[in-house]
Amino acid sequence: MEQVIANGLYLGAQYALIALGLTLIFSLMNVLNFAHGQMYVMGGFITYTAVSQFGLPFLVGLVCSAVILAVAGALLERFLFRPVIRKSRRDESTMLLAAGVAFFFDAVILLVFGEKQRGVPKIADGVFNWDFRIVMPYDRILVGLLAIAMIAAFILFMQHSRAGRAMRALAQDKVAAQLMGVDVAFYSMVGFATGAMLAGLVGGLLVTITGINLGMGGPTSIKAFMMIMIGGAGVISGAIAGGFILGMMESVGLTVLASSGDITYLVIFASLMVFLAIRPQGLMGKPWG
Amino acid sequence: MMSKKTIASLAAFALAVYAVVPLAIAASGRLDFYYTLTSVALLSIASAGVWLTFYIGRINIGQGAYALMGGYASALLVTQLGLGFWWTLPLAGAFCALVAVLIGLPILRLRGVYFAMVTLVLTEVTRLTALALPFTNGAKGITSIPLPGALTILGITVIPDFSTLENPKLAFYFMAVTMMMLAYALVWRIVNSRLGHLCRSLQQNEELASSIGVNTAYLRVLAYAISSFMGGIAGASFVAISQSLYPSSFQVADSVNFMLNCFLGGLGYVFGPMLGTLLLYFGWDLLFATGRFQLLIYSSLMIVLMLVLPNGVLSLLERKGARA
Repeated sequence: MEQVIANGLYLGAQYALIALGLTLIFSLMNVLNFAHGQMYVMGGFITYTAVSQFGLPFLVGLVCSAVILAVAGALLERFLFRPVIRKSRRDESTMLLAAGVAFFFDAVILLVFGEKQRGVPKIADGVFNWDFRIVMPYDRILVGLLAIAMIAAFILFMQHSRAGRAMRALAQDKVAAQLMGVDVAFYSMVGFATGAMLAGLVGGLLVTITGINLGMGGPTSIKAFMMIMIGGAGVISGAIAGGFILGMMESVGLTVLASSGDITYLVIFASLMVFLAIRPQGLMGKPWG
Repeated sequence: MMSKKTIASLAAFALAVYAVVPLAIAASGRLDFYYTLTSVALLSIASAGVWLTFYIGRINIGQGAYALMGGYASALLVTQLGLGFWWTLPLAGAFCALVAVLIGLPILRLRGVYFAMVTLVLTEVTRLTALALPFTNGAKGITSIPLPGALTILGITVIPDFSTLENPKLAFYFMAVTMMMLAYALVWRIVNSRLGHLCRSLQQNEELASSIGVNTAYLRVLAYAISSFMGGIAGASFVAISQSLYPSSFQVADSVNFMLNCFLGGLGYVFGPMLGTLLLYFGWDLLFATGRFQLLIYSSLMIVLMLVLPNGVLSLLERKGARA
């Protein structure tokens, strides 16, 4: 039992970090970022390249992922999403754009990094063993703690910095924020960059454990969508809750349902449907996003 | 009711798909185009369904799920019960419509990205269900499904047995374009009727519509069921052509593509999804020659198109009309 909870927490911390980026972009611009999973894969490959090809320390690789993805996110917002949102008649048009960006990232990853599964050496050796009740390699614990630290840093940034306050105001009411003198265009860009950066950071963290390959983008996006549906789209606390809930469900499901084959995800999906029928806006979301 | 111009353009379109295209293919000797065009026609039926859900203001990324369900319904009826393909086709559609009503009742209460995400998840659920169910044969799928047999009504052979035909590809092509024209005629009819007006009212403001007495819940489910019916028959026809079906035959990427077809053609135009499907499918096929840069060029073109024409390709017509 302790083992299941520990696994769930470890998974949940990473998932929450992925969901945070997605929900941030959604809350600021009403864009459902289909390319989020691909950004995550990109982050993983960048860390891999920095660490394994150039022999840099892991933390430098992680910073590289964060910086490159943040710049990419800012450029995407400035030159693609902003003009399309301005010109298009329906909000949903950005979905086509986001899907196009997802394909584009896939293509870039394929051309630059190839289709092989990549990984970097473990960042910590040894296995933590508490009486065989919880057995967990140290590198997983380290990654889990790093993820939780990043979530905490993100919350502090959103709550107590000027930029964070501006972004929260934007998410609440764009017009009101603009009237109060918030630079909407600039902070939309900052928000998109931050969201992309978070995706890159998780990719960089996880490449040390699960490795990374081209095909992981799409499924990651779907999982992230599920998390923000559980928690409520566009709400920071909801994304964190959704991430931990999905991580826990996956961990419990894989243990309890292991005997009946690969149906964990089927059960999670089905219960999600029932949950959404009762509470369409998720745990903490506002109705209709 | 129909203006002369409409009838003339309809006749021209029918002439093009039934006579000009086969002649052109015969002349060029590129028989593989039959398969491409058949696929385009069938995919555009499914896209028309997605378009109809757009018309009531919902983003549907779950059409792949219904295509898969329709495919399995038809394949299982043919292989297990020995029913003729032509009878399973409407049954597959009806099965999908029924499922759509059951699933739609709860989830159609969702809007915007919530509905989009749930339908996306539905696609994945359907794939996993097909993997897990005892009678769908798991990842091995259903293979060597017989070609469509003859359809006789009152002793008259309406449709000959496809396996006896000299060129089943041509037969499939005719079947697909006929179904496509029927599907678009249906959508066109819906849009230009009282039902269409009501649907537009849902798209604009659901609360307002319901406050003046429009039965929004019923309309939503109706439109979603019709949409899923189209997805089902498209899926069933695809299975008949490829004669095999796997849980991965229709997946998330297909669902997303159905939605993209609608966007690309233009959400404001009934024939938008048809054009969008043609462009996306052919574009992908033509870019095959570029080898490993295929995806890069394809996605770049998609992004550029979106930047230049965010309201779909058919919005070009509108601009011309405004100037004249």
